[in-house]
Amino acid sequence: MVDANGYILKVSNIGVNLQNQTLLDHVSFSVKKGTTMAILGPNGAGKTVLLRTLLNLLPHTGSIEWTEKVKIGYVPQYVTVSDVPMSVKEFLSIGKGNYIEALDSVRLTDKSILNKRLGVLSGGQLRRVLIAWALTDRPNVLLLDEPTTGVDMDSEEPIYLMLNDIKKTQKITILLITHNIHIVQEYADDLLALNKCVTYCGPSSEIGKPNIQKQIYGETVCVETQKGE
Amino acid sequence: MSEVILYSVVTAVFVGISAGYLGSLMVLEKMALVGDALSHVALPGLAIGIIFNFDPLIGAFAFLFISAIVIWHLQRVTKISFEALVGAMFTFALATGILLMGDDLEALEEALFGDITQVTAMHVGAAVIISIGAILLTRVLYKKVVLAMISEDLAISKGINVAKTNLLYLFLVSLVVAIGIQIVGTLLVGFLVIVPAIAARNLSTNMHRYVMLSAVFGLAAAVSGVLLASYFGQPPGPVVVFTGITIFAVTVLVNWRKKYTT
Repeated sequence: MVDANGYILKVSNIGVNLQNQTLLDHVSFSVKKGTTMAILGPNGAGKTVLLRTLLNLLPHTGSIEWTEKVKIGYVPQYVTVSDVPMSVKEFLSIGKGNYIEALDSVRLTDKSILNKRLGVLSGGQLRRVLIAWALTDRPNVLLLDEPTTGVDMDSEEPIYLMLNDIKKTQKITILLITHNIHIVQEYADDLLALNKCVTYCGPSSEIGKPNIQKQIYGETVCVETQKGE
Repeated sequence: MSEVILYSVVTAVFVGISAGYLGSLMVLEKMALVGDALSHVALPGLAIGIIFNFDPLIGAFAFLFISAIVIWHLQRVTKISFEALVGAMFTFALATGILLMGDDLEALEEALFGDITQVTAMHVGAAVIISIGAILLTRVLYKKVVLAMISEDLAISKGINVAKTNLLYLFLVSLVVAIGIQIVGTLLVGFLVIVPAIAARNLSTNMHRYVMLSAVFGLAAAVSGVLLASYFGQPPGPVVVFTGITIFAVTVLVNWRKKYTT
């Protein structure tokens, strides 16, 4: 049983090959219940491929073992909403649960947003609505593909603070993709660094150490600068 | 009101509503031209019906069904867009239909532009049943298709079989297109799938209003077009196009006025 030791997910040796290209190779890791795992890596490292594989959207080798009765909420990086004349209320109603509660969780307390069209929302509002949508089915795991895509820098931190609260109050496990080391340090318990294979898997607090950074980003490259620069 | 006009009006009511309703999804899916082009695919079926002396509508149904499956399958295998595939298919079908019809120009004109004098009680019955069935089934599919449009991954992660949903939806559009052919003809029936929906979009901020308005505009365009066509003794297809375009033009003006007065 996956949850015997407090784990909600165990991934063993998964590989993904599409159109003769290796997208993931021998990836293994585990995720503890109620924790946040950040997934970090360069473009094309297979981060989104990994989340899609965990959702069983891609053919793969190896094994993905979720705990019994797992309920996954997913927020993709990109959505097409600009052309859809759909209100927030109509969108949230596609889910089965209580969307008012979900809106409160993502701190959209002004309910006038319910009558707004999805296409006119700001980047931050749209991200919160998408997370609320994922929460309506009362999941115990959230998979978030760069949850602050399209959000201005000042609004990023409040979204991670909100996710941290959701994790604590609703006891949800979170796997999120990010490029931001500060977010990894502040809001993630564990870090999975990818570059098709796993380059680091362990406590996120270690990311400040030079040897771990070297492990994730490769050898340090020094550049020469003139004095006073 | 003569029996022929009554039949045509009843058919127009149901074709208008169902084409408007299903078309609203087609326009959102950026598959507007798919609905238009699908209608032309019916032409060889109509031609075979005329040549072998059976109801041309049955031939149209058969060709539309087969085309929907072929297009759906080719899209999955080749990943070429629906619009490109349907574009290729419809020109091929149009060419085949015209060659099959040979020099029977009268039959060709009826097939291309519709002929309300040929609408029978059986056609009316088929239009009513097919329209109601297509609307009810599309109602079930609607949220699934919209969700897949917002994000296919999101839809699949919720257990929606996007490929099967698309195929069923294409089937339903084919059915509505087939019954619309009687009224507006193969060349213009695509209009009823596209224009009510884009007119409705001009005036909608939510989905419910958009879908309802699209169905209402479809109904208004089809019925007023058929009545005006019979009054002026014109083929119904082009007149329905004119009434529909008038509705669209009014919605553009209303939308424009709203923008500049708020």
